[in-house]
Amino acid sequence: MKVTLTNFDKAFENRIRLQIMSVLVANESYDFNSLKELLDVTDGNLASHLKALEKEEYITVNKSFLGRKPNTRYMASKTGMAAFKAHLQALENLIKQQKL
Amino acid sequence: MKQQDIYDDISSIRTIMERSTRFISLSGLSGVMAGIYALIGAYAAYTMLYANGGEAYVARSGNADVLHNTNFKLFVLAAVILIVSVSTGILLTVRKARRKGSAVWSQSSKSLLLSGALPLLAGGCFIIILFMQGHYGIIAPGCLIFYGLALVAASQYTFGDVKWLGLMEIGLGILATALPGYGLLFWAIGFGVLHIIYGTVMHFKYDREGNVN
Repeated sequence: MKVTLTNFDKAFENRIRLQIMSVLVANESYDFNSLKELLDVTDGNLASHLKALEKEEYITVNKSFLGRKPNTRYMASKTGMAAFKAHLQALENLIKQQKL
Repeated sequence: MKQQDIYDDISSIRTIMERSTRFISLSGLSGVMAGIYALIGAYAAYTMLYANGGEAYVARSGNADVLHNTNFKLFVLAAVILIVSVSTGILLTVRKARRKGSAVWSQSSKSLLLSGALPLLAGGCFIIILFMQGHYGIIAPGCLIFYGLALVAASQYTFGDVKWLGLMEIGLGILATALPGYGLLFWAIGFGVLHIIYGTVMHFKYDREGNVN
């Protein structure tokens, strides 16, 4: 069954990107390694999805060092929060459409 | 986009939000064990206090030697129960996390410990200072109330059920404050009986279905 895609955000078409955004909306910030563990993805895979979200300016990146280890933390930006909300709304609308 | 995809998306958002904010590897069995240790400890404390016709208990207003001796023994007993309970809890929780393949030292477990530690530290200092000033009646209600507050504070980073345990401990603590002289009994109910009930509920509610996951 196909349905129309209004307000559907292309950036969240990928499940991993959607999950990254979910984590960042629910938490103040999250670091790379914890994200990797939580989502069970490879370094490269996660990095490329984070890059994509960063390019959309949905997330902000904060690089720092914990001792000698690099510690990269990610946060959802205002744009990102709004986009995520709009996307959820779009999903909800799709479900409603199908019930009619 | 297929309908099933939408539902999958939504359920994945839900689970990932839950998993990213809550530490769900807490072992129910460790609650039962902590309860059993507490009951054994309460019995030991009871025999220390009321042995020899309640010599030590009466001494609280008299013989300083017997008093100090008993206080020291009670302090060691409490420390032993605490250490054994905490180590059992850590051991069983690590085992459960390993079995489920999730990390023990994660963002959520750190938040859990931090939010619980503050009421415990504040309460610990408060109780120890009053104890040293001779206010023995404060120990049981104080432990119960501050432990309850710590559980309520920590519950936002783990199972919601922990909050109910916390609220019951607080209620029990207030009741114990109103009924001086029954401290040990309330302590045994709060740390012993409630832990055993809570641990059993948690074990059957989460740990067993956790095996399937």
